[in-house]
Amino acid sequence: MTVGVAVRGLPERAPSVRRGRFYLWLRRRSTIAVMMCFPLLAIITCLVAYPFAYSIYLSMLNKAETAFVGFGNFLFLFKRETFWLVVQQSILFALVAVIFKALIGLIAAHAVNTIPSKGQRKWRGMMMVPWVIPPALSTLGWWWLFEPTYSAFNWLLAEFAVPAVPWLSDVFWARFSVILVNVWVGAPFFLIMYLASLKSIPEDLYEAASIDGASAWQKLFHVTLPMMRNIIAITVLFSIIVTFANFDIVRVLTQGGPRNSTHLFATYAFRVGIESGDIPLGAAVSLFMFPALAILSFVILRNVRQRTVNI
Amino acid sequence: MAKRERSRRHFLMAAGAAGVATFAMPYIKTARSAGKLLLGTWDHWVPGANEVLRKVCEDWGSANGVEVTVDFITSVGNKLLLTAQAESRAKTGHDIYVQPLWFPSMFRHRLEPVDDVVGDIIAEYGALHPSAKFLAYLDDAWRAAPAPAGSLNYASVSRLDLYEAHAGVDLKTIFPASEARDPALVDSWTYDAFLAAAEKLHAAGKSFGAPIAPTPDGNQWLAALFAAYGAEVVSESVEITVDSDETRTVLEYLSRLTQYMPNSVYAWDDASNNRWLISGEGSTIFNPPSAWAVANRDNPDVAKHVWHHDTPRGSKGRFRADSPFFWGIWDFSENISAAKDLLRYVARRDVVDTLVSASKGFDIPLIISHYQSNDLWAKSEPPHGVLYNYPIRGDEQPVAAGYPAPPEYAAQIMAQGIIPNLVARVTQGGDSFDDAISWAENELEGIMRG
Repeated sequence: MTVGVAVRGLPERAPSVRRGRFYLWLRRRSTIAVMMCFPLLAIITCLVAYPFAYSIYLSMLNKAETAFVGFGNFLFLFKRETFWLVVQQSILFALVAVIFKALIGLIAAHAVNTIPSKGQRKWRGMMMVPWVIPPALSTLGWWWLFEPTYSAFNWLLAEFAVPAVPWLSDVFWARFSVILVNVWVGAPFFLIMYLASLKSIPEDLYEAASIDGASAWQKLFHVTLPMMRNIIAITVLFSIIVTFANFDIVRVLTQGGPRNSTHLFATYAFRVGIESGDIPLGAAVSLFMFPALAILSFVILRNVRQRTVNI
Repeated sequence: MAKRERSRRHFLMAAGAAGVATFAMPYIKTARSAGKLLLGTWDHWVPGANEVLRKVCEDWGSANGVEVTVDFITSVGNKLLLTAQAESRAKTGHDIYVQPLWFPSMFRHRLEPVDDVVGDIIAEYGALHPSAKFLAYLDDAWRAAPAPAGSLNYASVSRLDLYEAHAGVDLKTIFPASEARDPALVDSWTYDAFLAAAEKLHAAGKSFGAPIAPTPDGNQWLAALFAAYGAEVVSESVEITVDSDETRTVLEYLSRLTQYMPNSVYAWDDASNNRWLISGEGSTIFNPPSAWAVANRDNPDVAKHVWHHDTPRGSKGRFRADSPFFWGIWDFSENISAAKDLLRYVARRDVVDTLVSASKGFDIPLIISHYQSNDLWAKSEPPHGVLYNYPIRGDEQPVAAGYPAPPEYAAQIMAQGIIPNLVARVTQGGDSFDDAISWAENELEGIMRG
């Protein structure tokens, strides 16, 4: 007891000040904010930053992963005919799919927005179903519909004396099929984003446009789309990145065939890296679009930020 | 007091040293020293085969004080390969892992050499299947031992009734379910004879069907056809040799044969040909007996007319694609001694016979004496002897896609589907032979890079 009193009674001015500063620093809002971000930062570091850095490292190794070759793997890819076919197909796939997803999403969002709010929820829910089902599972359903020999679609077409369509065995139709499924899966994402954006547009603007005698098209082009521009830009950017990185649809439907004509970066990287055992070249394939997508992201996000500042 | 303290310190030091020594001392395990063993193997197509294999392994474990756990991993979606890649890179996972076809080559740097095990097996039971050494003896060491289950080959699987009715060919007489073959008749079964039959069967609405896509089945039947005409894409001496008269001969042949095949074969997977036969639409496929086994259950009217037999002969001989399965021990396994003992155990004749029986004849043992002494295939039915010729009985030579290229290249030739894509470029894409071969050369350069 005596000792305790003696300890408490000791002149500990300096440590007390230090502890006080530390506690003050801990209590600062910026410190708390950073600390609360730590779990997220840790997850991003472990699941995004580290794999990304590791894949860059892998892409700069030789096939046996025993020597550093710099950009050798990327330069090597430039000389491969199949790789350029993959580049072409990936661009075609992403652009066509994103355009159709954006268009269908916009039309569907307008359609749902016109439904009275009482019955809107069930329509929203139903239209989200393709986006909610795991794509590998829903694509398996599509595969049964497209099955090369016993396609359910062809069975239906035969009922109307329409010749069978080679959904997965012909280059054109195989590309059509993978894009169709991607649009089916991805359009609800556009729908929900656009619907949220539509609901945030003040009704006054439409009323003012009506008073000025604007037609429906004029309202669309001069009120709706300008007000949705930021959401459209971010949604399209996000969708382009995700569509370029698509794997499961092509993997389940065509495995890149026929004649490698439906391969995307991810499926070709899988074929070269995992199935063929050339991990460094597979890593190079998967990273190939990164610079282009990074620049695209930078440009789009900068425009969005500038518009936000102007508003 | 001082003495007592020193004594206690000494005691503590001695105890600590003993503890450290205990943990640091190399602990050599044998099967009888207990421990755990985790086995990852292929999820068999044939219903019931997995359970028999599990029981075999667990019974051995019980008898030897080893806790054996068996995981059956599907090959659908290449999960077998994905798991192997993940385990080999993470250096953790199973102790024993199944190594089909080219896996021993792909993972040779991670596989514990098993020369002692394979040496014991050969000494006890005799020679292994000719493909085994090519596939698993790498860098002067056996990287894996014969698996007791899973090995298969791609026999011709034909409808006896359709051949007889539409092509006038009696396959059962050419390839009977006995040793009494007529060499002249067997010799007459060539790819030209097959083409003539395919044309007639196609005209009757019962076409021959096989995938022309980069799947295992697609690679394998075409590999046998290429080999039959002496066409190779990369030579044994690691030179790109796809630009040859032999390749052009095969492409010419396939240009004609594909006219009598369904157009959908370019999108077929490994189950499509099975469905083709089971549905009653197809007259021939190249496959293990899984199609027949399923037809037996789902469409017995088809199954009773099915016959497994030799592939046709080309100008350079008769080849049948095969896919041997091995079991390898990861070098990071903590129970290598017990793993080796299990590999020895599952090579025993009684064990292999049990597993062949469980697979209904699907598995062909890699140990030659094991399948020569087993009469299961001769007794199979319906029809009687349907599987007799499923194990190679005549002049066929085993081959695998990519052969004769060394395994590290052959594995990539198969994975990237060089042969099916080369064929499809000509027969579906309309490329000239020269353009298609030029494409293949370009792809092969990629495979051969250092």
